[in-house]
Amino acid sequence: MTETPPTKYKAKDFSSDQEVKWCPGCGDYSILSQMQKVLPELGIARENIVFVSGIGCSSRFPYYMNTYGMHSIHGRAPAVATGLKLANPDLSVWVITGDGDGLSIGGNHLAHLLRRNVDVNVLLFNNEIYGLTKGQYSPTSEQGKYTKSSPLGSLDHPFNPLAFALGSDASFVARTLDRDPTHLRDVLQAAEQHRGTSFVEVYQNCNVFNDGAFQIFTDKKQKAAHTVSLVPGEPLLFDEGRKGLKINGLKPEIVDLQAGAAHDELWVHDPEDPAKAYLLSRLFGEEEPRALGILYQEERFTYEQAAQNQLQKAQEVIGPPDLDSLLRGKHSWTVS
Amino acid sequence: MSDQTQTLPKVTIHFAGDSGDGIQLAGSQFTNTTALAGNDLSTFPDFPAEIRAPMGTVAGVSGFQINFGSEAIETPGGRPDVLVAMNAAAYRKNIGNLKSGGVVVLDTAGFDKRNLKLAGYQPDENPLAHKPDHLQFYEIEVTKLNREALSDLELGRKEQDRSRNLFVLGFLYFLYHRPLQPTLDFLRDKFESQPVVWEANKRSLQAGHHYGDTIEALTRYRIEKAELPPGEYRNVTGNVALSLGLLAASVRSGRHLFYAGYPITPASDILHELSRHKNYGAQTFQAEDEIAAITAAIGASFGGQLAVTATSGPGMALKTEGLGLALMLELPLVVVNVQRGGPSTGLPTKTEQSDLQQALYGRNGESPLPVLAASSPADCFQTAFEAARIALEHMTPVILLSDGYLANGSEPWRFPSSEQLNPIQPPLAKNPQDGAAPHRPYRRDERLVREWALPGQAGLEHRVGGLEKEVETGHVSYHPENHETMVRLRAHKVQNVAADYPATQLVQGSEEDNLLIVGWGHTLGAIKVAVRRMREKGHKVAQLHLKHIWPTAQDLPALLQSFPQVLVPELNDGQLIHLLRDRFLVDAQGLHKIQGRPFLADEIENEALKMLSND
Repeated sequence: MTETPPTKYKAKDFSSDQEVKWCPGCGDYSILSQMQKVLPELGIARENIVFVSGIGCSSRFPYYMNTYGMHSIHGRAPAVATGLKLANPDLSVWVITGDGDGLSIGGNHLAHLLRRNVDVNVLLFNNEIYGLTKGQYSPTSEQGKYTKSSPLGSLDHPFNPLAFALGSDASFVARTLDRDPTHLRDVLQAAEQHRGTSFVEVYQNCNVFNDGAFQIFTDKKQKAAHTVSLVPGEPLLFDEGRKGLKINGLKPEIVDLQAGAAHDELWVHDPEDPAKAYLLSRLFGEEEPRALGILYQEERFTYEQAAQNQLQKAQEVIGPPDLDSLLRGKHSWTVS
Repeated sequence: MSDQTQTLPKVTIHFAGDSGDGIQLAGSQFTNTTALAGNDLSTFPDFPAEIRAPMGTVAGVSGFQINFGSEAIETPGGRPDVLVAMNAAAYRKNIGNLKSGGVVVLDTAGFDKRNLKLAGYQPDENPLAHKPDHLQFYEIEVTKLNREALSDLELGRKEQDRSRNLFVLGFLYFLYHRPLQPTLDFLRDKFESQPVVWEANKRSLQAGHHYGDTIEALTRYRIEKAELPPGEYRNVTGNVALSLGLLAASVRSGRHLFYAGYPITPASDILHELSRHKNYGAQTFQAEDEIAAITAAIGASFGGQLAVTATSGPGMALKTEGLGLALMLELPLVVVNVQRGGPSTGLPTKTEQSDLQQALYGRNGESPLPVLAASSPADCFQTAFEAARIALEHMTPVILLSDGYLANGSEPWRFPSSEQLNPIQPPLAKNPQDGAAPHRPYRRDERLVREWALPGQAGLEHRVGGLEKEVETGHVSYHPENHETMVRLRAHKVQNVAADYPATQLVQGSEEDNLLIVGWGHTLGAIKVAVRRMREKGHKVAQLHLKHIWPTAQDLPALLQSFPQVLVPELNDGQLIHLLRDRFLVDAQGLHKIQGRPFLADEIENEALKMLSND
């Protein structure tokens, strides 16, 4: 590892010399820009940061970051990142993926990354469409969606990415939006600071093939009624404090505070409660507010730490490397 | 009691029994003891793909063959001299294979009504009632005698019968003048925490040995020490030797080993072996699938480790895209294919050489990469070391071909000392001086090899990826001429690997001979025996065996073209032969066998003699 103390970086220090080639107006620009702004605040030496991606529009991300990076193959970034982090646990490793890359072709790897709890940060840019292949429905597209490959409407029931992550025992699960830079930055920062796999779903607008997919969550006039911001220890309020959520048994219920619902009955956000986190992930219907922020976070031993411990233990138990004795084995004989 | 001893130059014993009978253990213990006794040897286990196929049936027979002697042993032997049959199925499956004048050692309990029926004999049929005259039989009540020996131990019938294999082993040790001590040491270590089991195993082995002493007019055999080149030896299987080769390359390159694998027969033993050596800083990662195994290895390679993944045919198919990525990234990576019978799931426990063309050509785009093949269990060490050297020094993925026969077979190995292994020098990038020009990740040295700049090195930040690279800068480029240049550079870089090869040597014979037999992989031993026999009879036959299959050696064309006739025996339908014909316009003939079984030396000899007589 380098011994140079981290320099005080500026956002532009993280910008590579490559021209950014996303479509004008793409939500990816905002995510890139917030990433370049948040990294200087994290105090990590630039040479210790690696972006690993798969295939898709979002996966071009590493080319635009002046750090180490790998644009790998479709769906496999979680596995590449696992190998890299095991090889060098000191690195800050970021996986950039999309709804197709991460949940369709690479769903298997993503699930295993999450359960192992390798200390990497996963940003899943969800635009609910295949953009780079020009507009087919994706595993997060709503059922019945009309696209080039589904002229009569898609048949597939969509994935709920946060429920998927929680089901895979992710130790950090959050959702944020490309159109809310402050929220996005805060979540990125928390994700990096979390030890273990951080799973961050970013709602990202594809203005060419799926424009406005998340409009009700981002539009100034509509978002208050359709989103609920998660703050640990605070009650779940939305629609500018007019409405709130409470838990009735195992069922979330929308209550109208103006109609007399009691404030102290409200569901208070506890990101350490996995059952409640799951209920939050299931706020997925049209009538329910979409949860934004950190749904769940737990401290759990990381995979690469456990791997390092085994290596150290092996040295203690078996002894230091001795190639000659290894080659000789237990039963050898001499021919003279 | 008798002590008539006959000295033999070599013996082939085939152990056979139910897959739960402990055949592999008996075989490997006999092997270990025989190796320590100073014989040359070669072994080959043959087991069913099922863990416990229906008991007592022919499908469930597990076999282990050892060929050992005072003379040079090249193969596990063709037809055995001795058959050990623990039951009727094992007898039925193997009796036809035994040499005339051979010896059969059997447990009579395995020939009761039930076992005969399970083995597929008719109700009134008993093979022991009509034994072939030319064979010598030791019909031993193994089960009964073994139970008697263990009667005062607190063990059930089932537990008692578990050490029947050791009773038979003890008898064979008596027959062949082998000491019991190495096996006793092994059993004591193995059953350290189970004193009753250890006692039972010890008694069974000793009881079998004493039993031999009670037989009248028994002929025992002595096999003198072999004249092996001086040095230190151990016995080793191909998979273990391969694992040690990788660890040695890790030590000699100063790069920690990162091994990622997904369980698959017959490659899993590499994962098992390496996971025992974490004190070398070697990490083993059991991935969620074959694709994750190769891509995790690529991640580790990007991070600066000696990255390796191993698999077998179907897994290799899954790794194809990852291989293409590693080739494009120009990162070191060793991919081992322990071949088995294909296509698809094929014959998981049988051997074949049918993935050569997959290794050479099985990727999208123009994507040549180095391909090496190991030729014997012990040679798996050198070939793995060489594969790692090429990968690290030439910044390229390398495919190493082994197969089921090498993986599980064993032979004595004259292991090198660490100093005899050349250091491996990967082209690590130096930390840049202040004000140095920006790092160019695809700048190449005179061998066309790029530098290995590792995350964590300040000032060398760069991006790599599967999209076509611009020459030198490594930026994404769709420029037509650049693509052609890069395709040629990558191919040329791989060609340059051949500059490191030593001069090609014939295994036997000279360029004056009339027929050259060219092989690769595990056929080395069988071809050696065939060529030796023919040369002893005065035929002008030479042998060449290829370790480096791609790129081909620079002196290979001239050598091949100096022979009027060329024969290429392969355990496939003709794969290397196409390469030789395509590259060198050699009018080679093929000899093909696709039965999941290795060649017999006779088969090669017969084909070669046919070619010589047509001449």
